[in-house]
Amino acid sequence: MSPILDRRTLVLGAAGLLAGCDRIAKVPAARKILFSGEAMNMGLQRALINRDALAPEFASTDRSRIFRSNGTSNPNTPDYDALAAGRFAEYRLQIGGLVARPLSLSLPNLRTLPQRAQITRHDCVEGWSAIAKWQGPRLGDLLKLAGMRDDARYLVFTCFDLFSGANYYESIDLIDAFHPQTILAWALNDALLPVANGAPLRLRVERQLGYKQAKYIARIDAVASLAGIGKGKGGYWEDVVDYDWYAGI
Amino acid sequence: MLRQPGSIFRHRLATRMWHWITVITIFILIGSGAGILNAHPHLYWGKYGANFDHPWFNPPRMPSWLTIPGHYNLAISRRWHLLFALVLGFALLGFMVLSLINRHFQRDLRVRAAELRPQHLWADVKAHLAFRFHDPARPGAYNTLQKFSYVATIFVLIPLMIGTGLTMSPGMDAAWPWLLELFGGRQSARSIHFLAASALVLFIVVHLTLVILAGVGNELRSMITGWWRVPEEGA
Repeated sequence: MSPILDRRTLVLGAAGLLAGCDRIAKVPAARKILFSGEAMNMGLQRALINRDALAPEFASTDRSRIFRSNGTSNPNTPDYDALAAGRFAEYRLQIGGLVARPLSLSLPNLRTLPQRAQITRHDCVEGWSAIAKWQGPRLGDLLKLAGMRDDARYLVFTCFDLFSGANYYESIDLIDAFHPQTILAWALNDALLPVANGAPLRLRVERQLGYKQAKYIARIDAVASLAGIGKGKGGYWEDVVDYDWYAGI
Repeated sequence: MLRQPGSIFRHRLATRMWHWITVITIFILIGSGAGILNAHPHLYWGKYGANFDHPWFNPPRMPSWLTIPGHYNLAISRRWHLLFALVLGFALLGFMVLSLINRHFQRDLRVRAAELRPQHLWADVKAHLAFRFHDPARPGAYNTLQKFSYVATIFVLIPLMIGTGLTMSPGMDAAWPWLLELFGGRQSARSIHFLAASALVLFIVVHLTLVILAGVGNELRSMITGWWRVPEEGA
């Protein structure tokens, strides 16, 4: 064999292998193996990361000059527009599902609860990062007020913004729900949360990627299982494009 | 066995297995990594970096014949990447432990002081330029430049890929905040990840070229069966 032929064979072989990867990913059994990485990574991370280990917090001077908006920049639904026109005075956060005492909380209610402010890094699944200051009550405090039932395993966040006609939604488990940095932010960089960034209320779950940080939160439900919600994978992007539900990596 | 007169047993099972596992793994990681890079093809230095910030480099769009999958799908690129990242890390760990036990590292990869002398290095460069890759007195030993490239890949480049990869995980940053100190922030880690991947691609190109120049049949056989035919003197 001449060296030229060998090189050609190598290049053709490489291209064939790449095409092979695409074909493999469509075989259900192979897809199952491919998707098993999520459980392995989540298991390893949950074993390595202390339950209460904090995401890094930064100095005021470390903040991004501009905190960009991503995804929906304005839900623009009649309901949302009416709330926004009234500066969210009529807004009520609903907390329900598997809780002892369902709650309906106004923004002033949320602002009178003990607050946490944190300067943290937002990491988009696409690769970019931005650092900003967030403020709001701890989700864990609200859940204690509502009283979680023993069978509750996840929290589902239903949002005002629509994607192909359905409300954006996300979910987290109780480890992240009761993490000390998990807050419902109504302020970004010491100002009211802008519409582009999820007004009036967005989730900050600081040890996961951006698509978990639900914006425009309308209601929070404690559930026993994610089955039957959306397509059952725990979030809009998880359902539609197969993003990992566990977004710690 | 393929044992023939003039052949030596060159690569142990642990070395051969790790080599081929890593071939497949790095191939998949480069393809899926190229797919992930297409999601935000801008690289920054520091703790943060997004569209309004100043990138130091905007890599060209990775062509579809290079990416896994062959069309833009960030979710599936990430599934491939994050599964095979585990294979890369644990295979390297296993190989390192076994190579310390079977003394592959101490015997074959340790750089001796005499090899660092300028005369020796210059002689090694000249030997490469003359396509002489083996010392007839010790045909099974790696030459010095070869050792350097293997040591750099095994002990620097791949660990750097793993370390910077972990730094990009918001979960790992909570567990091991020193990762951010080590690499100068998440976006710096992302940039170093790209640079180290580029260096790995360069290594692969040089490595394959030298395999072809040294005799692809003999080299491939030795990495599959372990047995390597000693080239005849002057050949």
